[in-house]
Amino acid sequence: MKLSEIVHHLDLKIEPSPMGMDREVLGGYCGDLLSDVMANARKGYLWLTVQSHQNIVAVAVLKDLAAIILVNGRIPEEETIKKAEAEGIPLLVSARSAYEVAGILHGLGVGGEGN
Amino acid sequence: MAILTKSYPIKARDYLKAGEISMGVHGLLKKIGFATELIRRVSICAYEAEMNVVMHGGDGVMTIEIGEDYVNITIKDSGPGIEDVSLAMKEGFSTASEEARQMGFGAGMGLPNIKKNSDSLDVISAKGKGTEVRIGFVA
Ligand SMILES: Nc1ncnc2c1ncn2[C@@H]1O[C@H](COP(=O)(O)OP(=O)(O)OP(=O)(O)O)[C@@H](O)[C@H]1O
Ligand SMILES: [Mg+2]
Repeated sequence: MKLSEIVHHLDLKIEPSPMGMDREVLGGYCGDLLSDVMANARKGYLWLTVQSHQNIVAVAVLKDLAAIILVNGRIPEEETIKKAEAEGIPLLVSARSAYEVAGILHGLGVGGEGN
Repeated sequence: MAILTKSYPIKARDYLKAGEISMGVHGLLKKIGFATELIRRVSICAYEAEMNVVMHGGDGVMTIEIGEDYVNITIKDSGPGIEDVSLAMKEGFSTASEEARQMGFGAGMGLPNIKKNSDSLDVISAKGKGTEVRIGFVA
């Protein structure tokens, strides 16, 4: 499923200017510990997290993630938005919890393993 | 024989710039055209080592040496050093500050991640002597 369809289905707020919306999403991973995400997220995945500081952008770039979804309505810091924009990482916000977002994504057929 | 050697200074506690060196290394390897799997492994290791200098170490430098069939990265810092290296290598062991933990650091997974994603790893350190981490990859 394309990122743009996921944004639409989940009614996600896009923080930097829209980009990477045509990318195919291959799965997802939930995590708030950065080294855990470095170890377990995979290329083309969505990353669901409550961490909103600028260091999340490097993780997304290095793991070639499709997008970061900040859950629980977390507002990204100004620096995070700037970095995401500069590095071409879509930064999305949902008012829902990680559990709810992951549940909806599973329902849409976006799983968490294998690619 | 090395085709290219490049060094990047790392500043301790500079969380704003943290990650930029690993992103630079990632971009460099992509430009050279290495296989995605190698780029993935080197990027994970560079990131974890860079963050360790920012979080635990003192000012330091990362040097990447690229050969035709290998990549080596060496990260040296002038920080407090590691008292017990084999304990530091254990998954879950961390001395990260409360502040760092709130930012999602301190899972004690950085060094184990480096171990898993590299072909060779040497951590040379002692209390008060700084830390040198040598990581090797076969391309
Ligand atoms: N450059 C360094 N200087 C001093 N101590 C270090 C250095 N690198 C690692 N250590 C020590 O080794 C421990 C384990 O490191 P490791 O990277 O595995 O976990 P962490 O950095 O604490 O947490 P995480 O990497 O999961 O965010 C650190 O908590 C710290 O005590
Ligand atoms: Mg670490």
